[in-house]
Amino acid sequence: MDFNKKYTPQTWPDHPEQVTLEGKNKFLGFWLFLGGETVLFASLFATYLALKNKGPSGMEFSTNTLFELPLVFIMTMILLTSSLTSVYAMYHMKNHNFRGMQTWLAITVLLGLAFLGLEIYEFNHYVHLGFHYGQSAFSSAFFTLVGTHGLHVVIGLGWIILLMLRNAKRGFSLYNAPKYYTASLYWHFIDVVWVFIFTVVYLMGVVG
Amino acid sequence: MSHDAQVYVRSQTEFDYIKQKRKKDMRNQVTTFGIMIFLTLISFTAVAAGFSVYLIVPVILLLAAIQVVLQLYYFMHMSEKNHQVVAFFLYSAVLLAFTFILTFLTIIWWG
Repeated sequence: MDFNKKYTPQTWPDHPEQVTLEGKNKFLGFWLFLGGETVLFASLFATYLALKNKGPSGMEFSTNTLFELPLVFIMTMILLTSSLTSVYAMYHMKNHNFRGMQTWLAITVLLGLAFLGLEIYEFNHYVHLGFHYGQSAFSSAFFTLVGTHGLHVVIGLGWIILLMLRNAKRGFSLYNAPKYYTASLYWHFIDVVWVFIFTVVYLMGVVG
Repeated sequence: MSHDAQVYVRSQTEFDYIKQKRKKDMRNQVTTFGIMIFLTLISFTAVAAGFSVYLIVPVILLLAAIQVVLQLYYFMHMSEKNHQVVAFFLYSAVLLAFTFILTFLTIIWWG
């Protein structure tokens, strides 16, 4: 099949990401991968909960004095909004509006970068306070969990940017539609993990 | 390889219908987003207001679960057809996730 075949809004299939065999395999394989990611984050959450506020005796840091809610609230709103903007991108993909999709993905990337900047600021702030990676069992568990999520944000941003650049002049095809679709699923999954991070780590941490 | 895709040209009526339907779906997505923002606001306000720990923790965990279900079923399209295998993958992972958390916590508390 000619992957570069041009479609019009009239002929563009309803589910362009699942028309080709390759697209179907990508879709299913990617969800299997997301299942694996869920297990990865579950182990990190379990470790964090087991080691929360624990470490060497006389430890000076605890969740209810360390975390600041306003910053976490802003980060949450930014990431949640970026999830909606990538839904808009997929809406334009279904309507075969390439420029619309690229624009919304660019907004998603900008929001992701803002989130990442705030996270770097937060980690830097903790390290300056003396709460660094090797400070205690608690600090290691915290930085590993939240840092792994941050790493996913970096990978997601790199992925979306590369897709946008590589396909900028190509337009839509049944070859790149599954790529865009899975990238947007990945971005939503990052938001799913963050919902549990802000609830379990930050909100439950401030409560005690 | 069965890579061949049949090209189907929609009639103008079909095209208008599907465009309308997508627009409606998108409006529903924005509503979902509104609900998710609202749930987040409740969680943060409950913690900032300083209610009892035994009240707050179950409530914010429940709100997080609802928000994740919305994200999975609407933003990630799990409510659409053709997602049975996807649900199997995901729920297997969720089962493991609960087992991990239960095991790790009980090892620490009873160990």
